[in-house]
Amino acid sequence: MFNISGTQINFLKVRVITFILSAILIFLSIGAFFVNGLNFGIDFKGGTLIEIETSQEIEISGLRDNLNTLELGDVQVQEFGSSKNLLIRVEQQLGGDQVQQDVVQIVKDSLGSYLSSDINFRRTEVVGPKVSGELIQSGAIAIFVAVFAMLVYIWFRFEWQFSLGAVLALVHDVILTIGVFCLTQLEFNLPIIAAILTIVGYSMNDTVVVYDRVRENLRKYRSKEITDLLNLSINDTLSRTIVTSVTTLLALLSLFIFGGEVIKGFTFAMIWGVIVGTYSSIFVAAPLLRYLDVKREWNTTSAVDSTR
Amino acid sequence: MLYFSNLKIFSVLAVIIITLLFAVPNFFGKDQLETFPNFFPKQQVNLGLDLQGGSHLLLEVDTEEIIKERVENLNADVRRVLKKNNLNYSNFKVSNESLKFIVEGFNSEIQKEISELSMSNSQNILAMGDQTNLIITQEENTVQINFTEEFIKQSVSNAVAQSLEIVRRRIDELGTREPSIQRQGSSRIIIQLPGIDDPDRIKSLLGQTAKLTFQLVDTSVNFDPFNPSKAPIGSEILESDADEEFKYIVKKRIMVGGENLVDAQPGFDPQTNEPIVSFRFDRIGATKFGRVTQQNVGKPFAIVLDNKVISAPVIREAILGGSGQISGGFDSEEANDLAILLRAGALPAPLIILEERSVGPDLGADSIEAGQFAAIIGFIAVIIFMIFVYRYFGLLADIALIINLFMVLGVLSLFQATLTLPGIAGIILTIGMAVDANVLIFERVKEEIRNGSNMMNAVENGYKRALSTILDANITTLIAAIILFFMASGPVRGFSITLAIGIFTSVFTAFTFTRLLISFNAKRLKPNFVGLSKNV
Repeated sequence: MFNISGTQINFLKVRVITFILSAILIFLSIGAFFVNGLNFGIDFKGGTLIEIETSQEIEISGLRDNLNTLELGDVQVQEFGSSKNLLIRVEQQLGGDQVQQDVVQIVKDSLGSYLSSDINFRRTEVVGPKVSGELIQSGAIAIFVAVFAMLVYIWFRFEWQFSLGAVLALVHDVILTIGVFCLTQLEFNLPIIAAILTIVGYSMNDTVVVYDRVRENLRKYRSKEITDLLNLSINDTLSRTIVTSVTTLLALLSLFIFGGEVIKGFTFAMIWGVIVGTYSSIFVAAPLLRYLDVKREWNTTSAVDSTR
Repeated sequence: MLYFSNLKIFSVLAVIIITLLFAVPNFFGKDQLETFPNFFPKQQVNLGLDLQGGSHLLLEVDTEEIIKERVENLNADVRRVLKKNNLNYSNFKVSNESLKFIVEGFNSEIQKEISELSMSNSQNILAMGDQTNLIITQEENTVQINFTEEFIKQSVSNAVAQSLEIVRRRIDELGTREPSIQRQGSSRIIIQLPGIDDPDRIKSLLGQTAKLTFQLVDTSVNFDPFNPSKAPIGSEILESDADEEFKYIVKKRIMVGGENLVDAQPGFDPQTNEPIVSFRFDRIGATKFGRVTQQNVGKPFAIVLDNKVISAPVIREAILGGSGQISGGFDSEEANDLAILLRAGALPAPLIILEERSVGPDLGADSIEAGQFAAIIGFIAVIIFMIFVYRYFGLLADIALIINLFMVLGVLSLFQATLTLPGIAGIILTIGMAVDANVLIFERVKEEIRNGSNMMNAVENGYKRALSTILDANITTLIAAIILFFMASGPVRGFSITLAIGIFTSVFTAFTFTRLLISFNAKRLKPNFVGLSKNV
């Protein structure tokens, strides 16, 4: 039988190791950000994306060479799910928004004359420089606003120490998620911003459950040593943390495997985020409280009390 | 906590059943729904363009062009007034938004005259009660004239509203299925075209301002069409629509404009069988056209569309009937499109396409299929896992999960929210996260039992203690969903919607439905029902 209740694992004993691990991962992420950078999709970089399906298999390198003779700048061609599905990306053209529109027709004409098989145009996206600039800005703002909103919410519901610890864990998760996209060079587009925001919500959700128990135990065991108390709280909630992470991951894995190519990057980000978020609430957010001088005397009338 | 009054039981079940009823239509075809009784909800989930296939276009009205035109009109007005009053001006400068010149003898009388003329030329733009649209400042002999900010704002706003109307007319003329055309922000227009995955024709229809004018050809100068000399004052050089190398010299004065057209239809010239567009003027247009043609028999006139000459026929006789035809070597689709453009009217300013996203019907259908399959597999995996961990309570959570899923669907149908591919991902994520509230409760119950409570008390306290944790935990995710809703548009927004709905339904079902189920069975419950071994 599955039973992880009543564990007594000393999580804080390994805190130095996990802090170092997190520091290394953050360092790697920031390094990758400056060395590799993010592989922005057309949402943020502007340009044209065309997904086609052909009746016969296509030799990609030949098609790529052909499209690169069109003088449209960098043209990428890649397989998308199967060898009959291709994704063609054309970089943003110089000369403003109106010029971008011509690219689709040029590429379509060229495909029609180069490929002998039937072509089904499954998806066409053209994003001009104006919109891509706005999208990247609003995406960045959204993440900052979300993190800030969490900071304020936790501050109201708990104390500033908790708020700080939770947000540090959150920033940790966001940096590692952006870092993994820099390292893998997976396309970073609008849905990934949505994924990061969801990760922010999920990771916070996990952290809040642990913190809630810390607060409760602080009231219950007034003389208990803080390290022991944090350990106890993590262990108390460990079973829930694992069960919820597993169910979420089960659903996401199913989406990753069966949900189709279009949504794969998004699902990957979410899976990564759930793993990192779960890790951080146990090994970052909770141990951080040890250094943040949490108050032991709670004014029981201030916050909604769950433990009476 | 475990006791429910009959009224409570009734209301909980009523809410659930009503929401579920709204989910039902999604499992039937449109034809089958017709046969349902009238009181039954028939709304299905609104599929986003990424799922049903279609095209999304984001356009921007070129507002600079509008302001430029206003300043040009002002320029002409001011010069006319100055000339009329025999004032000599110098250093006349036209900038983006103002005029500046040096003049002697500029006084308040002339200032008033300029204001009045400019006002009378922009009647339809200013709001009632506005005294002036100009700010005129004078420093010794230097005069500067600006439009008021309000006037510029209003001009742009009017132009955008007008563009919206004309875009709508042009698209309606094409017979598109349920297009959605909306204004966004101050100068943008969003067009959603379900079922259209290749919007080339619409893009080309929207890419033209379609300003049609009839102007006389200037025959007073010797003119080589391939190597034009400078046009005399009052005339301009325009290129041919068919061949940009071929130029015409036409008088700037407009005989009749497209605004005087009442109808335009594509057709064929009975003699040459060439596609043509025949048109009809309104009364004012017919009179003007009749008069000019009468006076200029034997001379050519130019039909000009967006500053390009379509054709320049010679006037054989006065055209008094108020109708005519345009031939310019088009094919029949071009003739058809031109007729649409002329009927719909000219745009006040060019439209710029900022963004296009088109999805073919195949990809949409594939996405739905893949999403459904992923949802079912994820669902089964979670259900099995929950029973494995929590036994009987797991089963209750699973029943709640099923109810939950249908409720999400029901709420989506009820509010006619749009389901997109990321929205499906949101539902699948909800499958994983919806059990969380129940997990938190069950873990509490287990804990209570370990601490020596009997089953009834354990369940009771479990619910009580888990409440604030559940709220805190879900509010954080809800905050993220709300921020996403306001920041995103299109498919990604659909994700935030399903995520938010999922949070509400899962918290609701955990606190009402599962609790109800548990309360029905409370007396028979044993510790191992929570997944605890008996001897703990």
